[in-house]
Amino acid sequence: MITCVVDVVAPEVGEASVRVLRAAGCDVSCNLAQTCCGQPAWNAGFAREAAKVARATLGALEAELDGGAEAVVVPAGSCATMVRKFWPELFDVVGDADDAARARRVGAHTYELSEFLATRADALPALHLDRPVRVALHQSCHMLRELRIVDQPAALVEAVDGCAPVVWDGADRCCGFGGTFSVKLPEASVAMADEKLRALAVVEPDLVVGCDTSCLMHLQTRSDATGAPVHVRHLAEVLAAALPDDAEARL
Amino acid sequence: MSGHHQLSGTTLRSRTAEAVANDRLRTNVARAVDRFATHRREGLAELDDPDGLRRAARAVKQQVLADLPGVLERFADQILARGGHVCWAPTAHDARSYVIDVVRRHGATRVAKSKSMATEEIDLNAALESAGAQVVETDLGEWIIQLADETPSHIIAPALHRDRHQIHDLFVDAVGAEPALGTEPTELVGFARGRLRQVFLAAEVGITGANIAVADTGSIVLVTNEGNGRLVTALPPVHIVVLGMERLAADWAQAELLLSLLARSATGQRLSSYTNIVTGTRGDGEVDGATELHVVILDNGRSDLLAGEYHEMLACIRCGACLNVCPVYRQVGGHAYGWVYPGPMGSVLTPLLAHDQPEAAELAGASTLCGACMDACPVQIPLQDLLLSLRRRKAEAAGTAERAAWTAWAAAWSDARRYGATTRLATWGRMVAPLAGRLPVGRSWGVGRTVPRPAEHRFRDRWREGL
Repeated sequence: MITCVVDVVAPEVGEASVRVLRAAGCDVSCNLAQTCCGQPAWNAGFAREAAKVARATLGALEAELDGGAEAVVVPAGSCATMVRKFWPELFDVVGDADDAARARRVGAHTYELSEFLATRADALPALHLDRPVRVALHQSCHMLRELRIVDQPAALVEAVDGCAPVVWDGADRCCGFGGTFSVKLPEASVAMADEKLRALAVVEPDLVVGCDTSCLMHLQTRSDATGAPVHVRHLAEVLAAALPDDAEARL
Repeated sequence: MSGHHQLSGTTLRSRTAEAVANDRLRTNVARAVDRFATHRREGLAELDDPDGLRRAARAVKQQVLADLPGVLERFADQILARGGHVCWAPTAHDARSYVIDVVRRHGATRVAKSKSMATEEIDLNAALESAGAQVVETDLGEWIIQLADETPSHIIAPALHRDRHQIHDLFVDAVGAEPALGTEPTELVGFARGRLRQVFLAAEVGITGANIAVADTGSIVLVTNEGNGRLVTALPPVHIVVLGMERLAADWAQAELLLSLLARSATGQRLSSYTNIVTGTRGDGEVDGATELHVVILDNGRSDLLAGEYHEMLACIRCGACLNVCPVYRQVGGHAYGWVYPGPMGSVLTPLLAHDQPEAAELAGASTLCGACMDACPVQIPLQDLLLSLRRRKAEAAGTAERAAWTAWAAAWSDARRYGATTRLATWGRMVAPLAGRLPVGRSWGVGRTVPRPAEHRFRDRWREGL
C-alpha cells in the first residue's frame, strides 16, 4: 500500500520502500486501484465520506491478498493504523458489517514497513553508508501508541553501518500535524512543531528520520519557513541508501 | 451558566493563537507539566504491575457506574443515618440555590473553600458572592487565581500558568503584600499561610468537593497537599460538600484502589500529604468537625451520559495525567480550552456537559489524536475514541461548505481514475495551487509553513513505467 501522501508528495519514499523490500527477498506488487485510506475524513468526523474512499483501497488490497500476496506493507505508521485499527470501526460506524469483516481480514495481514522489515531482518543484506550520518529518530504517534511499534525503527537504524542514532528530547512527542488539526488550529500546530525543532537544534542531527511522511513533511515545511535547517528522510530512504550497490540512492 | 464560565465570544482557534503567542505562559506550563509527568512515571515505576492496577481501577469504575443509582442511594442513606443532609441537584442552578440557601439560613458571610472542580463547574463562587457571602479559596493555587480573577488552568494545579515572580507581584497588588516579600516559594507560601489561617478561623461555612465518596460508610475522601481540606472541614460549624455524582466507590477496598492511583497519576506521590476522611457530623466527645453536614449530589448532565456512548467519561478521577502528557495542552495551557475542564478530559467532557453552548463542540478538535492521554489515563478511558465520536457528532451538524468539501473529496478519491486526475501535477498547478492561498484550508496551512509541492511523477506513474 503506497498511501496518498507518499504517492503524490514523496514518491521517492515509495521507491525506496520497494527497493528495500526487494533486497529483503520480497516480491513486491502494487495495485493501482488504491487511492487513500480515508483517514483525513475519519479524523475530521466524516465517517461516510471516509468509508467511501477507504472502500476503494480496501478492494485493491484485498485483490492482492486474493492473488497470493502474504502481507500488506505500508510505509506510514498512521495509514497502517487506519487500516488495522480504524477500518473495522469505520465500517461498523457506517453500518457496513460486510466491509468491516473484509477490513478485519486485510488488517490481520497489514504491517507498517519497519515492523515488517524487523521480521525479515536476517534476509536483508549488510547495510552500509559511506559517510557517517547522525540520525534523530522521530517516533510518530499512531505507530507508537496504537500499533505499539516501539523498537523496530531504531533497531533498523542501528543495523546500518555508519548510522549513529542521537538521543533527543521529546522524540516521542507529537509533531503537531494531526491531519485537519494542522489547519483547524494552525498556531498551536506550528508551536508544537517548533518545540520539536528546538529540541532538534540542540543535538544538530544530520537527518531527522521517521516512518510517517506526513509528520516529516510537517517538520520540514515548518523548518523551511523559519530558515532552521532540518533535513528529513523516511526510514526507507536511509535503508535504501545503505543497500549494497544501490546506484540510485542518495541521501 | 454565569460569571467566568462561558465559552461564547471567542473561538478555540483565537484562544489557542493567543496562548501560543505568550512565551512566558508556554514556558510555565511546559515546565510544570513535565515535572508532573516525570513524577508520575517514576511513581508508577515503583509498582509491580501499574497496568494491572489501571485495569483493576477501570473495572472498579465500570462496576460502580453500572449500578450508580443503587450505590448513590446507599451513600445517601449513610449520610442521613450519620446526621447529614442530602440534596439531589439535577442542575447547576439547583446546586447553587441549595448552597446559597444553607449559607443564608445561617446568616453566614464568611465562607472558606477547599479546591473543587465541581464547584468551578457550577460557578458557585460568583453565585455566593452575589448572595452577599465573602468566599475565600484556601488551596494556594486556587487562592492565587481567585485573587487574579482567573479560572483554573489545570484541574489539580489551578495556577500552574503563573511563575513565582508573577505570583509575588499579584500578592503585592491584590492583597497588599510588602514589595520586599521574597519570590522564593517558601516565602510566598509563608505569606499565603498567614493570610489563609485567618480565613479558616473566621469561616462560618466550609465548602469542599470530594475526590471519592464511599457508599458503605457515607464517607467523603479529600486529598490535598496543603492540609487546607482538613481545616475547611474541621473548623467551620457547617460543612457543605458538592459531589459530582459519579465520584463514588462502593466500599473501602474500591476507594483504596482508586486513591493509590489518584495521587500517583497526579503528582507521582504514593499518597497526597493529607488524605482527609469525613464521615458524618461531629460526634459526641469529638473536638472538631462540622456540626452540620450537607452533601449536594450534582448531576448537571451526568445522568444523560450514563446511559449513552460517552458513559466511560464518567470514570474520570480528575487526576490531570492526561493534561500533563498532552502535546496540545503544553503549548496552549488551560484557559485556551475556554471552560472549566481543559486538556483531553476537558475536550471530551466540555462538549458533553456544556452542550447548551454551541462553541463547546469545537473542543473535540483540540487534539492531534496522538494517544498520549489514553496511555496516561489511570482508569483507561478511551479518550481518543470519545473525541473521534464527538467529531462525528459535530460533523452531523457541520455547515454545508465543510460537508460539501468532504463529499466532493470522497466522490473523487473513491475511484482510482478520478483520484489520478486530481493528483496529477498539471491539475494541481492549474487548480489547487492558485486556490491554496485563497481557501481557508490553504491559508491555515500557510500559517508559518511552506506548501509542500507534489512530485512531477507520482509513485503510480513511476510504478507504471516499471520500477
